[in-house]
Amino acid sequence: MKRHFTPASAVPALVSMAGVTLFAVLFLHAETQSAVMGLTLGAAVALYLLARFGWNALAAASFAGHGRSAQASVLAGVLIITAVFYDQHFPLLMLASVLLYIVVCLGLNLQFGYAGVVNFAGAAFFGIGCYTSAVLTNHTALPHLAVVLVGGLMAAGIGSLLILPVLRTYGHYAALVTIAFGILFRVFLEVNDALGGPQGIKVPGMEILGWKLNDGLQFGEIEISFYANYVLLALAMAAVAFTLVRRLERSWIGLNLDAVRLDETACAAFGIDVARWKITAFTLGNFLAGLAGAVYAMMTGFVAPNSFTFGDSLILVSIVILGGIGNPWGLSVAAAIVLMLPEKLQFIQEYRLLLYAVLVILILLFRPGGLMPRQVRNYLPGWKP
Amino acid sequence: MTLGLLSQYVFNGLMLGMIYAMVAVGFTLFFGVLDVIKFSHGDVLMVGAFTGLATYLGLEAAGVDSPLVQLLVMTLVATLAMALLGALIAKYLVLPLRLAPPLNTLLLTLMLGSVLREAVRLFYPQGSNPKPYPRLLPADFVSFGSFTLRADSMILLLAGLAAIVAVHLVITRTKLGLAIRAVAQDAETARIMGINFEFIVLLTFAIGSGMAALGGLMNGLYYNEINFGMGLLLGVIGFSAAVLGGLGNIYGAILGGFLFSALQSVGAVALPALFPGTSTAYKDVFAFAVVIMFMAWRPTGLIAEKKSERV
Repeated sequence: MKRHFTPASAVPALVSMAGVTLFAVLFLHAETQSAVMGLTLGAAVALYLLARFGWNALAAASFAGHGRSAQASVLAGVLIITAVFYDQHFPLLMLASVLLYIVVCLGLNLQFGYAGVVNFAGAAFFGIGCYTSAVLTNHTALPHLAVVLVGGLMAAGIGSLLILPVLRTYGHYAALVTIAFGILFRVFLEVNDALGGPQGIKVPGMEILGWKLNDGLQFGEIEISFYANYVLLALAMAAVAFTLVRRLERSWIGLNLDAVRLDETACAAFGIDVARWKITAFTLGNFLAGLAGAVYAMMTGFVAPNSFTFGDSLILVSIVILGGIGNPWGLSVAAAIVLMLPEKLQFIQEYRLLLYAVLVILILLFRPGGLMPRQVRNYLPGWKP
Repeated sequence: MTLGLLSQYVFNGLMLGMIYAMVAVGFTLFFGVLDVIKFSHGDVLMVGAFTGLATYLGLEAAGVDSPLVQLLVMTLVATLAMALLGALIAKYLVLPLRLAPPLNTLLLTLMLGSVLREAVRLFYPQGSNPKPYPRLLPADFVSFGSFTLRADSMILLLAGLAAIVAVHLVITRTKLGLAIRAVAQDAETARIMGINFEFIVLLTFAIGSGMAALGGLMNGLYYNEINFGMGLLLGVIGFSAAVLGGLGNIYGAILGGFLFSALQSVGAVALPALFPGTSTAYKDVFAFAVVIMFMAWRPTGLIAEKKSERV
């Protein structure tokens, strides 16, 4: 029997992912500035044309209808990219960074995408994870996986100091609390000699059950970059965090969080414990940021206060906004764009903060939902209201 | 500690408090008329300081070398330019987002602050280096024991006071101020009464931004150095000051400004005294930690905003 091409087919999703993977490989391969520029412009035009001919809607429906195979195809895509660049440090380092940033942004997304708790200190909580792992790996013999866990717990714990002011305040007053905390954290690191001051501290590489992640694997003639290990670890973390956030969003917890964001008064009237859900989202988000930070520190081997400025917190926020607030897929794409584009396009490296800022302003003015606006919850695949 | 040193600290604290209060008054004015936080305010201050510097260099090049004329022209140009910038920001970036969630406006202006900061860093000649600021005020001083009272600081302090009093008078005593207060209380009713809403909003933003430019000039003249990043911290401090005092209240903003500088001074003096070995650099950590604790105690500031939730 002849198969009809229906919107619920998995083919568009898989084809899209194959295209994205191919593009990522080409993009990371591109050496000259003109090639990178050409690829970027080409992708923009292609995306526009595809949107014009309705492909994006088709792909989106396909993604929604085949969540599992779509997610598997994303994992496969990342693994393929890793395999293609198995012996090159730089692309793999970038890939791992993007994956870790996705974990942080998923945390932020829980906080202000779902529960509406503003957090302008994302980089500070990420930094708490980094510094925890730096101190623990240098001064204790704690197994490194436990160090990562403690990094997350530290971020959540220090974040809990802010819970009272965050709960008592609303709107702009709450924004001030996190902004003040972000600046306080950075100044504290700079003037504190025990934590290395402005120079920062070195961090040893990660070791899991005797497996040193900083030693590249070798099969005969083939030598695999040690960053591949970190890519695998970061991919596992991102996948778990992503699944967790998606599941939370779909569950009654996500419904409660959304309700808290949309109308606190109505929420309280219906017996939803506003404080409880705000605390849950805030703590869990900071925990994710801390986890990612702990791994990031061990991967880069070095932490310094300059990586945790207010500007870095703003970049994290802009990733969530650019992607489409509340949409984990969107922020993943945005994280890749925001981190990779300036690394490859050297001439915009200097202008990158300016560029992001202008981009976010334009998005807020003309497309407040972000690049990939969040869809209404869809409990039954293919169901149309 | 000698009395002289103590009075030096107090005087320095007053000076800083005055600058903070000037920034905070801007925040509070904007919040009053539109219920928005314009976070680029600190960076507008920085651009104002740079505009003043550029004007000074232009005047030098044109051969005008009377300090008084230079100072007046600098002040005039910087204030007017920033007032215009503030009005433009309000018209094209803040007003269009009036119906969007308040978080969006906050984010947009935060990003606008980054744009201003980066633009100065990248496009002002050698913008990433600190710039020396001209000494245009008389350098006379009188000494009382170990305390020296400098004429330039005194002039700056008085000028700041005059600016704040002037804004206060405009808001409480003139018809224009009445319109601003009317819009702040209830924009819709104000409109029905024939007040040109958009004009009043733009004017308020112009006044607040002009104040910021003055604050920037004062800062430059006091420290004799400016840099592209100074606006960020001053903006956050001004915002903290406005919130400490209670947003939307001009007295609260002034109170908050002086309170914040007092916290910094206490942090700088008391921390090394209480815990030997800690450096005075912890003063900002101390001040912001107190602000966070304060927010938990009085979530809407000292002079609380009158608010009733309409459901």
